[in-house]
Amino acid sequence: MEMKLIFRVILLILLIICAISVNLTRNLLQAVIIFMSYSSIMCILWILMESPDLAITEAAVGAGVSGILFLMTLKKVRQEEEAQKTENKLPDERKEA
Amino acid sequence: MKEWFTRWLNGDLELLEHVSDASEIPDSPREELKTKRKEFRQRIYDRPDMDSIIRAEQKGFLAIYHTIAIISCVVLIGVLLFTVAHLPRYGEENPYTMEVVERYVEHGVEETGAVNIVAGMILDYRAFDTLGESHVLFTALVCVMILLKLDKKTIRGGYLDSYYTVKQDTYFDVSKDTIIRLAGTVLVPCIVLFGIYVLLNGQNGPGGGFSGGAIMGAALIMFATAFGFDRMDRVFTEKVLSLTVFFSLSFYCFAKGYVFFTGANGLDNHIPKGIPGAILSGGLILPLDIAVGMVVACTMYGFYSLFKRGSIGGA
Repeated sequence: MEMKLIFRVILLILLIICAISVNLTRNLLQAVIIFMSYSSIMCILWILMESPDLAITEAAVGAGVSGILFLMTLKKVRQEEEAQKTENKLPDERKEA
Repeated sequence: MKEWFTRWLNGDLELLEHVSDASEIPDSPREELKTKRKEFRQRIYDRPDMDSIIRAEQKGFLAIYHTIAIISCVVLIGVLLFTVAHLPRYGEENPYTMEVVERYVEHGVEETGAVNIVAGMILDYRAFDTLGESHVLFTALVCVMILLKLDKKTIRGGYLDSYYTVKQDTYFDVSKDTIIRLAGTVLVPCIVLFGIYVLLNGQNGPGGGFSGGAIMGAALIMFATAFGFDRMDRVFTEKVLSLTVFFSLSFYCFAKGYVFFTGANGLDNHIPKGIPGAILSGGLILPLDIAVGMVVACTMYGFYSLFKRGSIGGA
């Protein structure tokens, strides 16, 4: 019982750290990965709270699919940013690049 | 107006004159617009005091932004903590919802035929809840389609921007990668099998429509990543997706609607409940589970495909 309580407290502290650091990270890729780890910790917590239904869904949707969608969006945004940079350059500069 | 009308009556004025005039005005070319915009931007940024103006504006904006952010954050935390303090303690009985819980725990298995009381709850007692959830997913898919789907005119290359054609899909394609292919070959069948297991065992253990569907959707995404969209398009086109979603949702709607409108004892009586614990048990719960799972799997793959290339395929 004691061990379980300590384990749960450690997980909750990690959860809070993850939640805060998602907001404070400047790098968006790191933020996505921290968000996915948040979901994984939440998944273990659901199991400890005896609701495995939610744990499976959290692992599949929170840590899996939504993370992938975030990464796809990030890739697309960067792609367009790059293109915007080349578009703003003058034609001579574009040739050099 | 009057003068114009009399001129038309006398036959001096050709009505279609103006129309034909309008068609001769050429569309302003894109390049010209771009250069105009660039010049305009340059003129703004070339002002000597521009830096200080921008900095001052940013400073004021940041001050207001930070204050509002901190205040709203503190208020939200306070409200949430206040609410949490008034919840019943963990594991204790909640006096307000006690009657319903008692009913579920004592008569749930016998009334719904599902060992997993949660499945009995969400797909029998509160089936309309789950119907709404599936429709939320469907609506989300439709919204993503409206926002991200490339129309045929764009695909044909009429108004494509230069960067979009250069690095569209082949530039970042990983499906030639040996490691990913091998991992996909090993993992995809296992994940699909696990998804089906979770889907079919919703009434006996943890799982059910939503979780099983999400796992199968993840497997579809993995297949598309590992082997490319070409192979996926052979089977899974937009038509297949829309037909699957449509028939799943309408089956759910009609079956559960019939049950509810006949006083919760219509269709359930025709389907044997079976022995609690067997796969074919729980009456209507298993078909509803499969319907929800199909919707969720299709939605997940549809999201991925639309995000990645702007179409689901086949069209």
